[in-house]
Amino acid sequence: MNWAGLYTVLSGVNRHSTAIGRIWLSVIFIFRIMVLVVAAESVWGDEKSAFTCNTQQPGCNSVCYDHFFPISHIRLWALQLILVTTPALLVAMHVAYQQHQEKKLLMLTGHADAKHMEEVKKHKMRIAGSLWWTYVCSVVFRLLFEAVFMYIFYMLYPGYQMMRLVKCEAYPCPNTVDCFISRPTEKTIFTVFMLVTSSVCIVLNMAELIYLVVRACARRSQHSSNPSSAKSSFYGHKHSSEYKQNEINQLLTEQDGSLKDMLRRNSGLQEKGDRCSAC
Amino acid sequence: MDWGALHTILGGVNKHSTSIGKIWLTVLFIFRIMILVVAAERVWGDEQQDFVCNTLQPGCRNVCYDHFFPISHIRLWALQLIFVSTPALLVAMHVAYRRHEKKKQFRKGDQKCEYKDIEEIRKQRFRIEGSLWWTYTSSIFFRLIFEAVFMYAFYFMYDGFRMPRLMKCNAWPCPNTVDCFVSRPTEKTVFTIFMIAVSSICILLNVAELCYLLTKFFLRRSKKAGNSKQQPNHENKEETKQNEMNELISDSCQNTVIGFSS
Repeated sequence: MNWAGLYTVLSGVNRHSTAIGRIWLSVIFIFRIMVLVVAAESVWGDEKSAFTCNTQQPGCNSVCYDHFFPISHIRLWALQLILVTTPALLVAMHVAYQQHQEKKLLMLTGHADAKHMEEVKKHKMRIAGSLWWTYVCSVVFRLLFEAVFMYIFYMLYPGYQMMRLVKCEAYPCPNTVDCFISRPTEKTIFTVFMLVTSSVCIVLNMAELIYLVVRACARRSQHSSNPSSAKSSFYGHKHSSEYKQNEINQLLTEQDGSLKDMLRRNSGLQEKGDRCSAC
Repeated sequence: MDWGALHTILGGVNKHSTSIGKIWLTVLFIFRIMILVVAAERVWGDEQQDFVCNTLQPGCRNVCYDHFFPISHIRLWALQLIFVSTPALLVAMHVAYRRHEKKKQFRKGDQKCEYKDIEEIRKQRFRIEGSLWWTYTSSIFFRLIFEAVFMYAFYFMYDGFRMPRLMKCNAWPCPNTVDCFVSRPTEKTVFTIFMIAVSSICILLNVAELCYLLTKFFLRRSKKAGNSKQQPNHENKEETKQNEMNELISDSCQNTVIGFSS
């Protein structure tokens, strides 16, 4: 299981994302993970072996390296990328659950043939209803993880610039010794690059969040300004069993566009009125 | 045969797991195996060559390293992950056995067999009940045991989860008590704590799955006991079917209704 495996897992989620979400995923894989694997890992490859201190005292090198680099940049970035990409799996789980529900419904309504089952698997879920909330939560978690890791980076390595020389006096170094870091300029360049791409990802996530919220509000105002279909179904005697059965029958005929299309194609139903607002 | 191959093998088992089982498998692969491969192995990569002792005595460094690290963290974790993921193969074997039986039945042309062709038998997902329930529960039980044993082994061998910077060693042939310095102790402590935390999450998921299976078992039993008292008739079945449909639809469109009514 490595970065390629993660790519396989996340490509599946891509299908149910917004356009901004797809751009974000491409930026993550091309500008962050790929750069990490093909470039950054070789820059940091000799970080310990080429960390030299001006002393012969055994152990001084190790101790000073550990003092100045409690956790390597590479590992921090690897952890950040894994944690930032995994909230998308919440969406994948929710989509899988919804697909399972649709399959159950098809089985109960007697449309459980292979063609319909395949369509359930292939059709794109609309980001509405509870899926909208899951999606928004995943974007919020992404933002949170990005921010937390940027903060940790700043705390551990204030200023992002890699020094050429650091002075160390931890035991067993006999006094204050000069220690020299390998490839400081190259490391600074890559640190700044990863920082910039991280900021771009944060901006993309915020844009996606705003887009989702605006879309949801626009949909809501559209429905509240067009209440004719809503009124007849959802206001009035909410608690009578007739009302409930009518509501369910209406929902059955006006269900999520693709499911409706599936059933319509099979049974030649006419399209009735407005779609369910989940669509 | 590597982690990728294990992923392929266990991916097949995933189909017959509960939802908690699927979450557990995802956590295992992404937060444990992947972290091990892309990060932890690099951190421990130079553990022996950068283990430095304050002596020129030949052999002292080797002996001290062996004394303090009888088995490396990385190898312990690799063993733990293999042992913990393999009980799922018991379930895979049981499912394969059932499929084999159904195929035999189908080939004999048994009237009771409800499948149209062999492909359907191969693709069918079995419900976790009957003897498969016992196999599944045993596999979770073994998983829990292996996780606990390895956590204990870790704690016992490394006396807490913190990696010290300095260790004092006086094993022969070291001339006296020498200072030995471990490479990257802080980074190793961070990863050790991370792996322990994820291991605990996996233990919790397994316990939750066990409770879920037991609850489902007892509910099914009490339902059967309740149903056997009533006389099942055609009308009841139709009503149950319609109720289930209504529930499914109202579940999936629940937010829509709430949205409208608010």
